Amino acid sequence: MSMKTPSKLEKILSEGHLAVTSECGPPRGANPEHIIKKAELIKNHVDAVNITDNQTSMTRLCSLAACIRLKLMGLEPVLQMVTRDRNRIALQSDILGAASFDIYNVLCLSGDHNSFGDCAQGQNVHDIDSMQLAQMVRHMRDEGKFISGDDLDGRPQMFVGAAANPFADPFEIRVPRLAKKVAAGVEFIQTQCIYNLEKFEEWMKGVRDRGLHEKCYILAGLTPMKSVGMAKYMQKRVPGMDVPDEIITRLQGVEKGKQAEEGIKICVESIQRLKECEGVAGFHVMAIEWEEKVPEIVEAAGLYPRPNGN
Amino acid sequence: MIVADRKPVEEIIEYLKDHQNILVLGCNECVTVCEAGGKKEVQVLASALRMNAQKNGNEVKIDELTLERQCDHEYLEEIRDIIDQYDAVVSLACGVGIQFTAEQYPNSMIYPGVNTCFMGATEKRGLWVERCQGCGQCVLATTGSVCPVSRCAKRLFNGPCGGSTSGKCEINPEVECAWQLIVDRLKALNKLDEYEKLSPIKDWSTDRAGGPRKVVREDVQQ
Repeated sequence: MSMKTPSKLEKILSEGHLAVTSECGPPRGANPEHIIKKAELIKNHVDAVNITDNQTSMTRLCSLAACIRLKLMGLEPVLQMVTRDRNRIALQSDILGAASFDIYNVLCLSGDHNSFGDCAQGQNVHDIDSMQLAQMVRHMRDEGKFISGDDLDGRPQMFVGAAANPFADPFEIRVPRLAKKVAAGVEFIQTQCIYNLEKFEEWMKGVRDRGLHEKCYILAGLTPMKSVGMAKYMQKRVPGMDVPDEIITRLQGVEKGKQAEEGIKICVESIQRLKECEGVAGFHVMAIEWEEKVPEIVEAAGLYPRPNGN
Repeated sequence: MIVADRKPVEEIIEYLKDHQNILVLGCNECVTVCEAGGKKEVQVLASALRMNAQKNGNEVKIDELTLERQCDHEYLEEIRDIIDQYDAVVSLACGVGIQFTAEQYPNSMIYPGVNTCFMGATEKRGLWVERCQGCGQCVLATTGSVCPVSRCAKRLFNGPCGGSTSGKCEINPEVECAWQLIVDRLKALNKLDEYEKLSPIKDWSTDRAGGPRKVVREDVQQ
């Protein structure tokens, strides 16, 4: 796959390195220190950092502003954009704003439903969906036009990503769904957190059978478990999450003070195994409110030092 | 049909606190089927209002009437001769009927007695479900006759999202995932290949986004 943007993430992937990305959630307030501190913790161990967009529908400092902060610190941000809160005017406008600050990566999502968050009584937008957002960014970048057809003064040079959940239902359309995203113009994928490795590998086989791994880079998503409680919560309460019982049993098998360590171990072992899975182009390590553990995971998984990318 | 739900009687009592001559006006159409505003519900509400007035020692006259339709000028004429007897009307019609009544009788105070909810159907008695949001550009031909606008919580045109679990929606395990239903239907029709066709960005100008809508048919206008 040839380079189409100045994205460092795209460059690293196109050179054939296993990429490492992570993510930071912006704070629930105007104080930027939090996000700066998180970025400092991980900046030498990852190639790019996703900034979530009001994740779980809880109102936060905006993804775009946090991305600009990271960019000014010399990091490579991935602008997450959900279609829940903004219509096509606002989405195109924010893409241009981000591009004007040389933000070169975007992740197109539909977003968690607003009923989960702090504004359950608010309207949701869903003017377009995540695939259509990817299509729109590609149109802006490749054709140099707004979706209205009007010419852009300056194209957004963005590497276009999306999420994929190999574990959601119905399973039979999970590979066709990826094909659809690729057809929409998606160039990289960050998957849902993987705990069920067999099921992920089965999905990857389907992906390879259709040659989709040669059309987009697939970054396997990993989130270390901090405790048995977290594992149980993820298993029972988080829609579209597949946490096999073995994970819970394994965490239960160690004393409470060592569960976090065991969670990191599981995460590192998963990366080791998935390095061997053909078509996996990198890893997206989401250590939720546990960013300080990212360097340790990346090092233990043999993914450090990171390539230069410049 | 248009599905409505009864407003809490306390809310209606609050609207009516300064009125003495009240007409409770039902509608014999959709709201009768969904048991929110037909003759029976008119009787129930009128009785509750009378009991409340009695309890508070207020002298209030409350009459009951149910029209064939409130969304039709012709039937609304039936109250032209009596409407001036009342200083308030509680309409148990849908929002359309309430407004049509108010438009015909600009000097009368018309209060809503129901919350108008959606376009739907009776799944079973006591359970009404949404099936259409009137987006003005029907897409059912490409979605296995399951509507992603009214039935997907994110109205995705290229769903399902990652929250679909065991056929249920992420917002509530009692809500069916519209895209699971679409996939099931396409499969049953041997058309699962169509799932991979990207749905283009929708023109919402025929939806609420385009402002108040109307359908004009000059060929049938008199």
